[in-house]
Amino acid sequence: MKIRFDGLTKRFPNRNKKIKSEVVAVDHFTFEIPDGKLVGLLGPSGCGKSTALNLICGLETPTEGKIFFDDDDVTDLPAENRGVGMVFQSYALYPHLTVKKNIMFPLQNLKGDQKLTKEQLEAKALEAAKIVQIEELMDRKPNEMSGGQQQRVAIARALVKMPRVLLLDEPLSNLDARLRIQTREEIKRIQNTTKITTIFVTHDQEEAMSISDLIVVMKDGAVHQIGKPQEVYDSPVNLFVAKFLGTPPINVFTGRIKDGKLLIGEDTILGKDCVKDTKDQEVFIGIRPEGFLLREDKEKNGKLDGKNGVFHADLLAIEVMGRDTSVVFSHSSSEIEGTRLRAIVSSDNQIDPESKTVAFDVNPKKVFVFSKETQERLL
Amino acid sequence: MSMQQDTKIQSAKPKNSAKLLKRLNAFKAWLYLLPALVFLGIFMVYPLIDVLVYSFEEGYNSASQTSFGTGWFNYAYVLHDPYFLQAVKNTFIIVIITVPLSTLLALLISLALNSIKKLKEVFQTIFFLPYVTNTLAVGLVFMIMFKKTPYTDGLINMILAIFKTGPVDFIDGPYWAKMFVMCFYTIWVVLPFKVLILTSALASVDEVYYKAAKIDGTSRFRMFTHITLPMISPMIFYLVITGFIGAFKAYSDEVAIFGTNLNSAGMNTIVGYVYDMLYGDSGGYPSYAAAAALILFAIVFTITVVNLLISKKTSIR
Repeated sequence: MKIRFDGLTKRFPNRNKKIKSEVVAVDHFTFEIPDGKLVGLLGPSGCGKSTALNLICGLETPTEGKIFFDDDDVTDLPAENRGVGMVFQSYALYPHLTVKKNIMFPLQNLKGDQKLTKEQLEAKALEAAKIVQIEELMDRKPNEMSGGQQQRVAIARALVKMPRVLLLDEPLSNLDARLRIQTREEIKRIQNTTKITTIFVTHDQEEAMSISDLIVVMKDGAVHQIGKPQEVYDSPVNLFVAKFLGTPPINVFTGRIKDGKLLIGEDTILGKDCVKDTKDQEVFIGIRPEGFLLREDKEKNGKLDGKNGVFHADLLAIEVMGRDTSVVFSHSSSEIEGTRLRAIVSSDNQIDPESKTVAFDVNPKKVFVFSKETQERLL
Repeated sequence: MSMQQDTKIQSAKPKNSAKLLKRLNAFKAWLYLLPALVFLGIFMVYPLIDVLVYSFEEGYNSASQTSFGTGWFNYAYVLHDPYFLQAVKNTFIIVIITVPLSTLLALLISLALNSIKKLKEVFQTIFFLPYVTNTLAVGLVFMIMFKKTPYTDGLINMILAIFKTGPVDFIDGPYWAKMFVMCFYTIWVVLPFKVLILTSALASVDEVYYKAAKIDGTSRFRMFTHITLPMISPMIFYLVITGFIGAFKAYSDEVAIFGTNLNSAGMNTIVGYVYDMLYGDSGGYPSYAAAAALILFAIVFTITVVNLLISKKTSIR
């Protein structure tokens, strides 16, 4: 089922009562989530993503705007009639009930004709447990299980009513690193099997990128960009999105466009062909760590042409990761003075850790230019 | 230096020194416990044993420290004393009526307090006020409200008159009327503490459970019976157990309303009987008092064990 937002807005009164202005948690959401997709709602903490989730499930009522499930307007529908399943950050498993009873709990709320017999209850609970592969834990209590298992139970409980939409609030934040990777694949698998439109909230971009069909990048209540993870990564619309996605983070410099060239300090990053139709101005330049290509050897052999795409920086350290090597450097033009910048190069390169400077070629595809005033992407 | 020596000894004779260390630690533990143990021994264990001894000594006299002999005589006397039997009956009625009723009322009040948003603190304070008020002062107020004198029928009887009933003398009148006042008063006095405990217990239930239940379409009644009650059940059991113990030990509440001559009022309790046997007008019989006290102990102990067994069986975690 697809979900459509139309100018959805949620404002809260300021917690400090002396301040009259309201806090905008969700600011005019207008977009559509296609049917059967796994969507990651991504943003830094406090950006309103959990509020957005609460609006979808009906725990909060919007200040203005509408929410549609397919073509049904569910804006004023109470939570229990929306057909949503929700997995809370803390799982919210009832501690006094066994796994089986936890999973059956939503079904036991059904009334009248929908009321299920004991056999039906058991069968449905088992079915849901099978999807998340916890059939053998049915008689445990929540505190007798690991975080990952509790998470699965919570998902099973959310799935048992076969909801139209499954919502997950920070589903991986309470798990350790190893379990996190396992569980995110698990979520992807469950979503693939059930084909239920799933929305999950996270502040971890890696988490969102790795399993989402679509990511929605938010900041301060506003949607900044929606797209497939790779698309958003490869062409961020503004500096925030560029900075928010990617580990290690993108390196940001202050530079300028002059005579159709892109300059950082005295180094020409992109030559005449690359910068067209843009007036001369000060800009922010973002270069992804993998956008740097080591130039060490060429320079030593004196074969440098010096015309295009060379970038000099002060070498700080070399970190060997095995698969690749991270070159840590600093540059006087970095956005924030003294930031440790990072380039990731193939481990085939031999870099002399003793040398004071390092020179790179730059992959133009990995270079983004942002306006200094609006922080919007220029090219 | 000593550390080095220690490790040397350990490496030389690891088994021996480990044993030594263990014994040293045990000794230290007892040393730290000593002050508490001494006080508990002198002021609790010794008197308890003493009471047990007195209860078996016939006609013990505390002044001369003499007695006629030993045996079950004191118990037999106390158990055949109509005043004691009346006291046991009164105590049980008070316990059975006030403990469940006050807990239930406290739960209802706490739920109401928990659901209001405005002036919550104000109401909580109001409900807690009786707890900081002296029992005798409250008793006096109750007495004035319920008492019927030649000059006035009292506030309660005035209200009853509106409904065309009464007047009833609640303080010097029939047994049921006196028992009603007693239970009413007891509930009123124990309520604030229970409300305090239960409101904090209710507030400590994580909001997220209710959110989850709401999304799943749980009715409010089911939320209460299947989420709230199990979650606060440890606190309810705590209140019931301490409530039982407290109600069995009731005495000052009775004095506050009916005065010190509880036997003639027919409103004596077991603790009141013990007191009377020691210091009352008919007092001076420490052996009877000791026997009665031990019977009370046996009753309270049994009830508490039963309570704990039940709470363990139905315990949620």
